[in-house]
Amino acid sequence: MESVSSPLRCFGECHTAEKYTDDGVETVTSVEQRKVERSIQEVVSVYKQIHSLPQPTLLRDQHYQYLKKGLRHLSDAYECLDASRPWLCYWILHSLELLEEPVPTAIASDVCKFLAQCQSPTGGFAGGPCQAAHLAPTYAAVNALCIIGTQEAYNIIDREKLLSFLFSVKQPDGSFVMHIGGEVDVRSTYCAASVASLTNIMTPTLFQDTPTWIVSCQNWEGGLGGVPGLEAHGGYTFCGMAALVILGKEHMLDLKSLLRWVASRQMRYEGGFQGRCNKLVDGCYSFWQAGLLPLLHRALFKGGDSTLSLQKWMFEQQALQEYILLCCQNPAGGLLDKPGKSRDFYHTCYCLSGLSVAQHFGNMDLHHELIVGREENRLAPSHPVYNICPEKVAQAIQHFHQLPVPHEGEAPNRLS
Amino acid sequence: MTECQALKKLHMYPQNCRMRGGARKGSKKSPKLIMKTRSVICFTVTDVYDYFRALLKNDEKSDRAFTLTAEAIELNAANYTVWHYRRVLLQALEKDLREEMRYITAIIEDQPKNYQVWHHRRMVVEWLNDPSEELEFIAEILSQDAKNYHAWQHRQWVLKEYKLWDSELEYVEQLLEEDVRNNSAWNQRHYVISHTTGYSDPSILNREVQYSLKQIKKAPHNESVWNYLKGILQDRGLSSHPGLLEQILELKETHCSPYLLGFLVDIYEDSLENTSGDQVEVLSKALELCELLAQERDTIRREYWSYVGRSLQTKYCSGDPSTTSSAPETDRGSASVSVHQETTCNS
Repeated sequence: MESVSSPLRCFGECHTAEKYTDDGVETVTSVEQRKVERSIQEVVSVYKQIHSLPQPTLLRDQHYQYLKKGLRHLSDAYECLDASRPWLCYWILHSLELLEEPVPTAIASDVCKFLAQCQSPTGGFAGGPCQAAHLAPTYAAVNALCIIGTQEAYNIIDREKLLSFLFSVKQPDGSFVMHIGGEVDVRSTYCAASVASLTNIMTPTLFQDTPTWIVSCQNWEGGLGGVPGLEAHGGYTFCGMAALVILGKEHMLDLKSLLRWVASRQMRYEGGFQGRCNKLVDGCYSFWQAGLLPLLHRALFKGGDSTLSLQKWMFEQQALQEYILLCCQNPAGGLLDKPGKSRDFYHTCYCLSGLSVAQHFGNMDLHHELIVGREENRLAPSHPVYNICPEKVAQAIQHFHQLPVPHEGEAPNRLS
Repeated sequence: MTECQALKKLHMYPQNCRMRGGARKGSKKSPKLIMKTRSVICFTVTDVYDYFRALLKNDEKSDRAFTLTAEAIELNAANYTVWHYRRVLLQALEKDLREEMRYITAIIEDQPKNYQVWHHRRMVVEWLNDPSEELEFIAEILSQDAKNYHAWQHRQWVLKEYKLWDSELEYVEQLLEEDVRNNSAWNQRHYVISHTTGYSDPSILNREVQYSLKQIKKAPHNESVWNYLKGILQDRGLSSHPGLLEQILELKETHCSPYLLGFLVDIYEDSLENTSGDQVEVLSKALELCELLAQERDTIRREYWSYVGRSLQTKYCSGDPSTTSSAPETDRGSASVSVHQETTCNS
């Protein structure tokens, strides 16, 4: 295990040379990029002045207080997420599990009861009570329940109805709409594959043609877009790749181009990741983008590659940790996109998830840690496909595999 | 609020309520355009559900339900359940879809980064079977944020569905003129050409290569154009395009960048893959570039370039006829494989 209390990459004399070169041609893209770099430079310079010895610190207590409060009560500012309440449960619970903070039994039980109210009578989970089922809150609810991991939690999920919900949003071309009457994009395949595999409701035809459809989202850049034809984007690329890993079809992708694309998304100056080429760094891509490298590593390894590193992912782990720790923490708790932005639970979840990816290489058999700053910055490892802790994944799979796969009896295909 | 109370409050709605104008909640921008004052009975999202629960219980499809959806949307435009209900009502009540287009136009202007509003617009356009306003509208949104993903998605759908390709390449060129680093525009360029002429015609391909090289000379550190150049050539083989290597090597002297160096690695790799005969020189150059990138020019990607070098070395090392070793077990109890292949190459 490596602990980096020594030179920070962003303090190095070569760091300034990594700033954006605009070739004397100013455009909106270059102007915005330079603004961000200036703000990062400011943060780093202030940090240097305050701390003679660089020991970036994860503000554990502050984040814990922020999360603990959020689980019980959210301000009016969160009305915009009123159709995403299971997401809030998942973002907060996952953040707490990464921080290795236990959730009190009573609260866990309350969350279970709340999520039960979000479950639709026709299957799947909705953004809130009395709303329609939607694949995104379904993904979030199932993940949240698996994090809680009690029998009560598992028993909330109506597996038969969930299966019929998945069939009801399945399209003839292999894709899924996000909800009845809703839009198609590659997120839906990940949400469907994730919940189906965790709760053991995969049937032979459920994902028919889905791998082919996902692969058609890979474009000339090497990454995946939301639907075929669109620009390669970190969030969608993660969803597509992770879904294919679940379905065992990751080799249908051009893994080499995908690797080149995602490796190129790490910002040479900031250390964090951008979501798309020539766009700005954002803390949440610490997971969506960096999280692709463990998936690619495993896929390449499975394909017979013997030249893969045994110690490191194919991105700059130290640089990412520095970006998150120095630039993405709110001193009052919670994490964020970039300096100047407000904290929120989404960024808290994905910055911490990205920090975990950057700290932990390998799997159960082969594990190599690289912790930037104090040892106390260490987070729990997360499962690269589901983004909940590996023990919770194993436990859920073990539980649900004791139950029979529900009967297929698919609902007639309901197009939007 | 009980259902009974909700229904009471809904009686005579919307006429019975106070009128209000003012900042819309959830707006990202200041209220530059208040369309008309609206009555308000929904003050919080809890109110929304209380009213809707009462209406949905009776499967009510009425004008007051329709008016209510607008209030609910204003409180939270991401409420996909309400949008779906609004669409059900639009059809059941045979509402004026032209007016709905005006409505959704205003909402999108205000909240252009929301999934539901764009999907709703798509549905209305489909029902009207009228895309005539779309390209202009989307261009207006893109003029405010030239990379809005939802806008591009909608645009690609309109172009393909209604076959409106004629002016799109021109539009893309205009955007690239404004910002040659707009990766969304480069993607759109690829989209248009792929769906019209394609890249098989050598004159088209050459035109695109020349266009790309021109943009590279203007701004060599623009990653998008390098990715585009690779993207259009890779299926035919980078090393097969006549004169390209020479042009890139020439550019290396005056317009060097990590992207140029990476592109050279790609050309060399393609050459190793697709050319028979002695490739020792090519391999050596490729490895040298990987080393240069990893150690000096693109250090943020050190792990990646080191891996590329190792892979090339393993695959093309002269004297080693096999390209891949046998697949290792997926479950390894202990790490017994060395990280670096110890094969030596005759160079």
